[in-house]
Amino acid sequence: MKKVLTTPIQDEDIASLRVGDIVYLSGTLVTCRDEGHRRVVAENSMPSLPLDRIAIFHAGPIVRDVEGGWEMVSIGPTTSMRMERYEKEFLAKTGVKLVIGKGGMGEKTAQGCKESFAVHAVFPGGCGVVAAEQVEKIEGKEWPEFGMPEAFWILKVKEFGPLIISIDTEGNNLFEANKVTFHARKEVALKDTAKQIVSMIAKS
Amino acid sequence: MSTCEEEAKLVAILGKFIDIVSKELPDDVMKKLTELRTQEEAPLAKAIYDVMFENMDKAKKLNRPTCQDTGVIQFFVRSGSRFPLLGKLRSILREATISATKSAPLRLNAVEVFDEKNTGTNVGTDVPFIEWEIVDDSTNVEIEVYQAGGGCSLPGRSIVLPPLAGYEGAMKFVFDTIVDWGINACPPLVVGVGIGTCSTSAAKLSKKAMLRPIGTSHPHPKAAAMEKSIEEGLNAIGLGPQGISGKNSVMAVHVEGMAHHPSVLGVGVTVGCWANRHGIIRFDEHLAYEVVSHTGVSL
Repeated sequence: MKKVLTTPIQDEDIASLRVGDIVYLSGTLVTCRDEGHRRVVAENSMPSLPLDRIAIFHAGPIVRDVEGGWEMVSIGPTTSMRMERYEKEFLAKTGVKLVIGKGGMGEKTAQGCKESFAVHAVFPGGCGVVAAEQVEKIEGKEWPEFGMPEAFWILKVKEFGPLIISIDTEGNNLFEANKVTFHARKEVALKDTAKQIVSMIAKS
Repeated sequence: MSTCEEEAKLVAILGKFIDIVSKELPDDVMKKLTELRTQEEAPLAKAIYDVMFENMDKAKKLNRPTCQDTGVIQFFVRSGSRFPLLGKLRSILREATISATKSAPLRLNAVEVFDEKNTGTNVGTDVPFIEWEIVDDSTNVEIEVYQAGGGCSLPGRSIVLPPLAGYEGAMKFVFDTIVDWGINACPPLVVGVGIGTCSTSAAKLSKKAMLRPIGTSHPHPKAAAMEKSIEEGLNAIGLGPQGISGKNSVMAVHVEGMAHHPSVLGVGVTVGCWANRHGIIRFDEHLAYEVVSHTGVSL
């Protein structure tokens, strides 16, 4: 059965989620990237929209101006790791419960998820049209001076996903765990590959 | 046709082509993704491939860019020296980029250097990026467009190694780059490796390698063996789609090389994401064209 989170997200809605689970989101989703995080955390400046218990999306969309508003053309996730420096403080300051992006985040964010009782999830990268179709409405825009990709777009979404939980409220971190496995496999694979190639070149 | 009319015609065709490339993946990429999809067994990896294919269908049906990051537009021009509009091509490519930005629409991704302001048009200083190659004295031109997104541009790097580091050092550089940075670049990846003399030549060759059609091998048997060996090695790491872990890491590994100075070995790595938006179009002197990369596409 499809598990759907609805904003405002309550602690009990996400308490039992574990890394690798797939969920969907209905409600308010706000885009927020590098500049937004920097302004909230480093400059201590908050946008006028309330962020408490909603979800943010590391994404820079393509938005088309239409009569009386905007149309969402394509919106997929961007690399979450870029926001690693500020995410922990961002969660503590805003009360955001769900962070959506691409790829994993680091130890500091995992700690932040544990302390602020929040989760990080991955939307498949490069799938901007599927995501755009799940946006019911663009409700507004904050900090437009950042430009189209960096502004805070305030979205109403319906069953937005699939979202793969990558950091849960206990601070378990799917990508950090994967990284350990990948590095171990890399050592073996690299040794084999380098050996093959060096011996092949040396024969000449 | 007057030169003015010819220029306008070329702008219109190329504008449409850039637009299409943002929405439909080329034949080589589609074929490989279809093949890799069937090899995945883990539920999460399969679920991700399902969304990827659903997204490609929807992009085509709804006439929208497949990925919201339509990149900085790059052109690789391989021209005969007698192509009649060669001298006008720079401004034609610029105009075509502006046109596709409005029609597709593409995301506004050109941030002017030093001022750090988005130009709002997808053109700016040296953007679109153009790489020129005069290949013969014919009257034809082949133009390759590539939409270089931020996520898959991030892993790109080059290094110059001392000779004793050799090919072993080169392999370590490639593997480290992919494991440290490739996860966020939307695997399965296309990996281009360039072996050259300096950081510039190695980087340039790696981009050329990355853009080579998937399914082709380097004509030198040792280079072809090298490509196969690196591909097997990287796949054994099992990054899976989106780095979530799975059967494969890459769609392809391509290697290009050049003769190098005996004291150095330059190595470049360029990475392309699964949504590898590149396309090739050929023109003759009458501007009759052929789309090489996308079967069945009409402009």
